[in-house]
Amino acid sequence: MAGLMSGFGHYTHAVVRGIPASLAKEALRSCQAEVDLAEARREHEEYVEVLGTRLGLEVVELPADESLPDCVFVEDAAVVCGDTALITRPGAESRRRETETMKSALKELNLNIVEMTDEKATLDGGDVLFTGREFFVGLSKRTNQRGAEILADAFKDYAVSTVPVLEGLHLKSFCSMGGPGLIVIGSSEPAQKALKIMQQMSDHRYDKLTVPDDLAANCIYMNLPNKGHVLLHPTAEQYPESAKEDCRGNHAGCSGLMLKSLGF
Amino acid sequence: MTSESGADSEAKQPRENKETEKEKGKAKAAAAAEPASPQNQPEQFPAAAGHSTPARKEQEQQEVDQVSHRSSISRLSRSPLKGVKKTKIMECKVALLDGSDFTLNLEKRARGHVLFDKICEHLNLLEKDYFGITCRDVENQKNWIDPGKELKKQIRTGPWNFAFNVKFYPPDPAQLTEDITRYYLCLQLRDDVVSGRLPCSFATHTVLGSYAVQSELGDYDPEELGSDYISELRFAPNQTKELEEKVMELHKTYKGMTPAEAEIHFLENAKKLSMYGVDLHHAKDSEGVEIMLGVCSSGLLIYRDRLRINRFAWPKILKISYKRNNFYIKIRPGEFEQFESTIGFKLPNHRAAKRLWKVCVEHHTFFRLVSPESQPKKFLSLGSKFRYSGRTQAQSRRASSMINRLAPLVERSSSKRYNMSLSLDGAPIAENHETPMKDSAAAGAAKILTKGDLITTVTTEKKAEEEKAEQEDAPTDAAETQEPTTPLRHDTKTDSEQTDFAFDGEMTATESDADDDSEMRTQDTSPPEEMLKHQTNISELKRSFLETGESSPGLTEWEKRLSSSPAHSPRGDEAPMIEPLELQDTKDEPPASEETKEEVEPKTTKAAEYLVKYVGDSVATDLASSSGLHGISPSTTMDDDVFMDGTLREVDEVAEREEIKVSPGAVRQEVYQAISDKKGTLIILKEADDKVDAEGKETGAAGEEEEPALRGEAEGGENEAVMGVEIWSPKMEANGVTQIKGTDSPKKAMASWISEVVKTEATEVVGASTKASDAPQPGEEVQTEQSKSGPSQITPPESSTTSLAVSTLGWVPSSEKGPPEPEEKVVVATETEAAPAESTGPTGCDVVEVGTKEVPVVHTETKTITYESAEVETNGDVDPGVLLSAQTITSETTSTTTTTHITKTVKGGISETRIEKRIVITGDTDIDHDQALAQAIKEAKEQHPDMSVTKVVVHKETEITPEEGED
Repeated sequence: MAGLMSGFGHYTHAVVRGIPASLAKEALRSCQAEVDLAEARREHEEYVEVLGTRLGLEVVELPADESLPDCVFVEDAAVVCGDTALITRPGAESRRRETETMKSALKELNLNIVEMTDEKATLDGGDVLFTGREFFVGLSKRTNQRGAEILADAFKDYAVSTVPVLEGLHLKSFCSMGGPGLIVIGSSEPAQKALKIMQQMSDHRYDKLTVPDDLAANCIYMNLPNKGHVLLHPTAEQYPESAKEDCRGNHAGCSGLMLKSLGF
Repeated sequence: MTSESGADSEAKQPRENKETEKEKGKAKAAAAAEPASPQNQPEQFPAAAGHSTPARKEQEQQEVDQVSHRSSISRLSRSPLKGVKKTKIMECKVALLDGSDFTLNLEKRARGHVLFDKICEHLNLLEKDYFGITCRDVENQKNWIDPGKELKKQIRTGPWNFAFNVKFYPPDPAQLTEDITRYYLCLQLRDDVVSGRLPCSFATHTVLGSYAVQSELGDYDPEELGSDYISELRFAPNQTKELEEKVMELHKTYKGMTPAEAEIHFLENAKKLSMYGVDLHHAKDSEGVEIMLGVCSSGLLIYRDRLRINRFAWPKILKISYKRNNFYIKIRPGEFEQFESTIGFKLPNHRAAKRLWKVCVEHHTFFRLVSPESQPKKFLSLGSKFRYSGRTQAQSRRASSMINRLAPLVERSSSKRYNMSLSLDGAPIAENHETPMKDSAAAGAAKILTKGDLITTVTTEKKAEEEKAEQEDAPTDAAETQEPTTPLRHDTKTDSEQTDFAFDGEMTATESDADDDSEMRTQDTSPPEEMLKHQTNISELKRSFLETGESSPGLTEWEKRLSSSPAHSPRGDEAPMIEPLELQDTKDEPPASEETKEEVEPKTTKAAEYLVKYVGDSVATDLASSSGLHGISPSTTMDDDVFMDGTLREVDEVAEREEIKVSPGAVRQEVYQAISDKKGTLIILKEADDKVDAEGKETGAAGEEEEPALRGEAEGGENEAVMGVEIWSPKMEANGVTQIKGTDSPKKAMASWISEVVKTEATEVVGASTKASDAPQPGEEVQTEQSKSGPSQITPPESSTTSLAVSTLGWVPSSEKGPPEPEEKVVVATETEAAPAESTGPTGCDVVEVGTKEVPVVHTETKTITYESAEVETNGDVDPGVLLSAQTITSETTSTTTTTHITKTVKGGISETRIEKRIVITGDTDIDHDQALAQAIKEAKEQHPDMSVTKVVVHKETEITPEEGED
């Protein structure tokens, strides 16, 4: 019988959300590049296709909401670990309502829902890195101390360490898990600094995989029941083109919320 | 003593005779002390007195309680006439992990390991290195019993109640050899979980709970167990029906799992919890933010609320130390850093700091070292001798691999059952410090029911009372015993609690008890240069320490000023960081005096020099490091430093230290320090013997300090706490930074410490004591103090008085050493009420006078602490200058009264503005005086940003419930 805290468990579901047309004009951006809506939607379809068909996950597709231009980035709306889903309170006010649909979807999956009701708390899921043994929470423009505290309270089994995110939007803008005990990290200075902090704060040892581009460090690792360890990452050909995508922050990791089942 | 014979008969140990003789001395001392001392007034003791005999008396009382028929006898035994004492048997009650109590009788002088071994034997436990015995102190904090020390010295008061606990949580319990060991570990963890010390998620609660049930009850059997069996067990701080159902669900699936297997599963899950084996301590960081320090197998974790904000693995830590209520870690430079840095934390009080320090030392040794560090052998060493003396994990594993007994039958007892009505249940979280980090509201609710069945604890209240009693006793002894047996002596024999304490040194420098001071005054002599220098050094140390307190990033204004001003280090060589206190201090500050005395004797001198040197070095280093933490390291030296990794950069330092240890003088120093820390009186006495001159000055200083408090009280009538903050002229330098730190409950603690010190170096102490005895004055001093306190007591029924006088002298920087400065006089004039510190001679006289008057019974503890900047008052005689203006402003709040005196004077063309604030904080003990003081100082600084604080006098008076007639 597997223990409770058995790393990543097995991934069974994925939650995604459609891209609203408003994404092109109204979404929050870190740079002002044109967004090719059609192209974005095409990529998104491909992504969903991979999750559902190739990986065999049960994909929960939430409808896009035009009033929520950023709603495609579902990872920010909730943090799921074990049988508990923490519904976040996104740092950007315009995104707060994104959690509503997410909450009901996760409820349907029989997860224990914990809501972040404290009005002083903000937390974007993009700032939460779960390594399988512990959490790192980036303190960024979108996530504050209080938000991290609530997360720690929701997942009491795990150590929750805070990491300042000085540049970039989210902690996971430059890192993600590439496998059990493997952190994929960008090579920028802020990224490397953050990694150092994480290493110092942790009781565990992690391997690191440094990638030249911070954004390329944004991957999705999954432990699938039948297929074993799977890493979803931007391809080499894709990557150069992803400049556009970068600007909207629409890389794979952000738009997928992976759910895993418990080991027992 | 006929009566005692009865006791003897009870005693089982053969050594009685020998002990008897030893005890004789004690008995005499005690007897001597007794007549004068109000034994019956348990609560009246001033902290100062506490040092001498309190512990012992307490114990005797305990004995009385426990051995009923002896009670009358024991008292008799104290009487001088009867010199013979016999070994006593104490009843020990040990709360075991399964919730039961194990009662056994031990010889009173038994050391910790005797008890521990007996318990382990009782438990059939061989892998015992992971376990330990705890004992609650007055504050209801758990302290680990040192196996190498006598139990009686580790139990200050109260019945001999202990608890058997896991001390070192093995990171991988599967590696334990025996099931029985895991069984006990499981029991501990179950308690950790239920109490909330080990937080976990709902899911984990269910899993752990289900294994616990399987281990305790075996397979699920509806017929035998019924449907409600689970409600009687405890799995979580806030146990819900839902949780119980889930636990049952899981339990049903474990058919056939043996208890040992269930325990392994339990441990495999528990060990992954982030708080597994983390020993939490409340603290504040350098900026005053509440944090928690967690000690675990891998290092030190820093939490803010539930979040981990930093972590220092053992290899990262170069040094661990504590001073007063500060705890410091020196960090190995990182990849990108060039220098080491030191990080300081503030613990609630001195004891907490020491407790944390010890736990760190032990964990580091146990988990990180292959074999324990050898204990410093010389018994006269600087710094704590405390080291972890047990086996390390590595050694323990090796040893347990040799175990070749058949697996013992583990008798798994059933845990406590709970009625449904109790289901609200509380987590038995007893202690503040131990409480888990902030938990959800639910946890808070749980805490209310602290005295849950699960944890058997000694009642705190009782202890507290007893302690007070002890304290009382001690002072009496000092004051009254003029006979050959001096108070010191008493101490020596009576309580030599923990050697390590001796080294808290910091306190020494700063604290002086009112009682002691008075005596000192009598003798006036100018200290030899060496002494002065020495003093300076010491003061530097002190200073540095003070600075460090706030160290790192968030330097306070004061600190910044201190560190920035180059002027401070008059002697170039010495660490720039630390601003030396001027010679003047010597007079004013009791600590200095102590040291001075040391110097008198050749050996002592040596030691002193070493210290200085050392300090210098460390300071330099610190300076080098860019981080603002500099100040910290140097101070450490004197106290208990632990070089965790043995990676001292500076070999020299080490060498120095060692030498110091060797020299007897060093020992003395220790004693002095210890004494000074705890009780001014003792120190004074010694000093007197050695050097009259030094003493005189010192005394004067002490007297000064005390006086302010007294006066303040008298005037105020409110008497509770007098805080005087004097802020001097702005132009000067920032040097005079004083940190006022919490003197939480130093008094009580102090007593015991002192005694310990004494013990260690019995010989020397004795000598000292003798000398002391020669000096007639001690008694007087005590009286004086009491008399002073008297007025205050009269007033209100309030429990504690704290008076803080902060005087800042901003005045001229240039000639520190130069001729006497006018300022002093000015100060005097202005301060009148508050602190007449400067005029040693005169002050002393005043004090004496006060003392002479015999005030009716005073039930107060008086404590005075003075912090001064170096420059402040060099010489007693100075031109008063011309007084330009003076004004007094008074403001009041509910608990504080602030009197502000602003004086402008002109001396030699320099105009000085001196502001003296006296803040009287009146109120119950509950009031956080330290905080109030800190606030006051902060406000003072804010109000006068261009001025610097040069002197802070803290006079704390605690009223003790009145008792039987006193002296």
